[in-house]
Amino acid sequence: MKLELQGITKRFGSLVANDNIDLVVNPGQVHCLLGENGAGKSTLMNVLYGLYEPSDGHILVDGKPVTFRGPGDAMAAGIGMVHQHFMLIPVFTVAENVALGDEHTKAGGILDLDKTRARIREISDRYGFDVDPDALVEDLPVGVQQRVEIIKALVRKAEVLILDEPTAVLTPQETDELIQIIEELKAGGTAIVFISHKLREVKAVSDVITVIRRGAVVGTVEPTASTGELASMMVGRQVSLSLNKAPATPGDTTFTVRDLTVPGPGGQKLLDNVSFEISKGEILAVAGVQGNGQTELTEAILGLHPHASGSVRLNGKELLGMKVKDIIREGVGFVPEDRKVDGLVGSFSIAENMILNWYNEPPFAKGMAMKPSVVLKNAREKVAEFDVRTQSAEAPVSTLSGGNQQKVVLARELSRPLNLFIASQPTRGVDVGSIEFLHKRIVTERDGGTPVMIVSTELDEISELADRIAVLHGGELMGVVPGDTSRDVLGLMMAGMTAEEALGQGQHRDTGETDR
Amino acid sequence: MSAANRGTEAGAEETAAPPPAPGTGDTTPAPQDSEDRGPGILKSIVTGSSLVAILAVVLSIVLGGILIALTDEDVAAAASYFFTRPTDTFLAAWEAASSAYVALFQGAVFNPRADSLALMFRPLTETFTVATPLILAGLGVAVAFRAGLFNIGAQGQIILGAMFAGWIGFSWHLPFGLHLVFVVLAGFVGGALWGFIPGILKARTGAHEVIVTIMLNYIAIYLVGYLLTTPSFQNPGSANPISPRLDETALFPQILGPQFRLHLGFLVAIAATYGVWWLLNRSTVGFELRAVGANPSAARTAGISVTKGYVVVMMLAGGLAGLAGVAQVAGTEQVLTSGIAASFGFDAITVALLGRSHPWGVFFAGVLFGAFRAGGVQMQTLTGTPIDIVLVVQSLIVLFIAAPPLVKAIFRIDRKEKPSRKNQKATTSGGAA
Repeated sequence: MKLELQGITKRFGSLVANDNIDLVVNPGQVHCLLGENGAGKSTLMNVLYGLYEPSDGHILVDGKPVTFRGPGDAMAAGIGMVHQHFMLIPVFTVAENVALGDEHTKAGGILDLDKTRARIREISDRYGFDVDPDALVEDLPVGVQQRVEIIKALVRKAEVLILDEPTAVLTPQETDELIQIIEELKAGGTAIVFISHKLREVKAVSDVITVIRRGAVVGTVEPTASTGELASMMVGRQVSLSLNKAPATPGDTTFTVRDLTVPGPGGQKLLDNVSFEISKGEILAVAGVQGNGQTELTEAILGLHPHASGSVRLNGKELLGMKVKDIIREGVGFVPEDRKVDGLVGSFSIAENMILNWYNEPPFAKGMAMKPSVVLKNAREKVAEFDVRTQSAEAPVSTLSGGNQQKVVLARELSRPLNLFIASQPTRGVDVGSIEFLHKRIVTERDGGTPVMIVSTELDEISELADRIAVLHGGELMGVVPGDTSRDVLGLMMAGMTAEEALGQGQHRDTGETDR
Repeated sequence: MSAANRGTEAGAEETAAPPPAPGTGDTTPAPQDSEDRGPGILKSIVTGSSLVAILAVVLSIVLGGILIALTDEDVAAAASYFFTRPTDTFLAAWEAASSAYVALFQGAVFNPRADSLALMFRPLTETFTVATPLILAGLGVAVAFRAGLFNIGAQGQIILGAMFAGWIGFSWHLPFGLHLVFVVLAGFVGGALWGFIPGILKARTGAHEVIVTIMLNYIAIYLVGYLLTTPSFQNPGSANPISPRLDETALFPQILGPQFRLHLGFLVAIAATYGVWWLLNRSTVGFELRAVGANPSAARTAGISVTKGYVVVMMLAGGLAGLAGVAQVAGTEQVLTSGIAASFGFDAITVALLGRSHPWGVFFAGVLFGAFRAGGVQMQTLTGTPIDIVLVVQSLIVLFIAAPPLVKAIFRIDRKEKPSRKNQKATTSGGAA
């Protein structure tokens, strides 16, 4: 099936989200849609999937114009979509999830899952998915859950498969597996639209790359284009992808974590006897697949886990057991992993968010009275310094884009004297142009002599920033390795190998596979 | 819970959000409805537009007018020959509705038929008198709203405030000035105590404040009823559950002389409005409370104690409602009865809603509702329109405020929201498919 988009325009009021976009997806081809967050990729796919009506333009299937009134129409036409966040019901089995919305029934309206099971086995065998139809979705690893989503689309006879940021939640190994699956599907004649902002994997997987910026197509290129070329097309200017940071000059070790354990609600250990230390002027990056204890680690250090045990010492002072407020007053800067939930108050102004954890300190407050003019002056300075793109420092922070919101959080945390800086996912959902800036600020903080801890699920970011890398898996520390450790070794550690095992096997693989 | 489950949940949120909006580059607005995790209704109360509030009032008054016309005898008589002379019906309807509202206005603001200029304005002072407890209790509900709590317990807090204040008022005998200060303080403390209980239960055990405050309302109502049968509260020699009259020194002085019922309590209400405004918008305490209300997770991460915030705000809310009790017992009623709070505690929720939980909004909403109550009496006497119609109008106002899209649809404003609504609908079906 050949899918064509002709002159698709989507307006929201005065906002043009998609501007006259042309796109051709051929059978057996992987077509990548590359663009920053907010470039209009998702809007375009929602138009294609029938979630939005286009303001202008046509969708053609095999040369015939079609109109989709909803996802049902799109699916009927052979378009399947795997959303970035899976649309699965965790307490249902794989078969139940796949059948949902398209159930077969026996006489009397009794659910007949046998057909669905058979179809799942068939597809699973054909593409080597290795999915058990009777497994509960919540028990499956994320990578397998993603395959369930793909099966869902294939069972409905999808010939065009849209994958929206499919690698965001995967380990490097799972990503490799996904790329293999994509190859299989491609060989079987399925057309694939692969949406991403990660240059490396886009180059690895695609046949054609269409770059979108600010709602319009910037160009269509071959995957042989260099990453630098792709990046500058995406951002619209030259970006330097490598940070060129100077080697670390670690000073005294001022921050030590010993046997830090965080119990979960069910008695399991979310963080299990984790020990490490960070010296002044050094960046320790914590790698791991999302949900392996990173959140608990950072939150425990900040005092958000009252039942954490072990020891967390900063400049000889025990932080564990102190109140969050006092830990912040000890000079701990903290960028939470989910800025919208934990880092910012959306309805508050930028100015108020700039002092969210410093509101009652001079010069912003005297006694109980706050000083709005000082707060505003501070915000205006920080907005200029961190290049926050906004019309006013008094605007609600929720009106900013993700990158600018993150700049507000970083500006707040970096603008006071720090003894420790912790940043969790510092560039998640941030455009490439801002990533560069945010990384530079983090390195500047390191060079100023602050121990820095970065938590990230993006290996690119880890290798970019890290002087040393700690890997977490299932709440346990798999080891601390040098900053230039290969992605393969890190990937193995992220999957649960200790540093020694991974180093042994990683080297083995390095010699075996020359293409990496 | 695995990361995958969290992802699935987040996915529903993400796709329901308005689309990313490119074209303006870096200043692009981010999707807004995933910003705050607080309950949606709470957000719309705090951030709803004042335009909607005003339109809701207008709409309710119009609907109230229609209701008056429908129940009017003259209109019914004219309608019996509607097809012969339809104009008669419409004229009679207009006559019925307009005369009722004119009477309401004369009873609430300005009465041109009074003997002296001062007396012409007497209705306005009545409005302010009735508005006083509404404003104070409304502020109590509003501050709790701002910190993310539904304080349904204003009724009980008013009663406790009135009980404490009343007891000090009739059983202690202190010099002029000092006595009133003690009465006011006692009222505040009484209400604050009744707010402290749900606050500490919420903070320590997670008990939902709505349930606790509703139950505390009952406890307060029956507690005051019981106490008024005991010797320490009941007026000696009286068979009725009524307290002795408060000492002269314990009463709010009447600020415009004995002709008018308006008392110092109204000035207390103005001061409280300003105080709450300052506290919420200019003080560190207010900053904490607003942060707790708008995003408790971010507040916690910023080192603000959410649990302490709950306790503080509930005590403040209770204290303000307690002051409403003081206004009743030491201002209007001058004795403690079991009906001292009338329905002010429940009307206060309405007032806070209409005032969008902003202190001055609450003030004007309180005055408006005071006018309805004061004018309603006049309306009933002059035109025979039952005072219940005022309650209908009040209830309609709340109904419209609780459903802003309804008001917007009726007045055909804010069309821009349409795509996102379509999106949400579409996503629901998409998710299920």
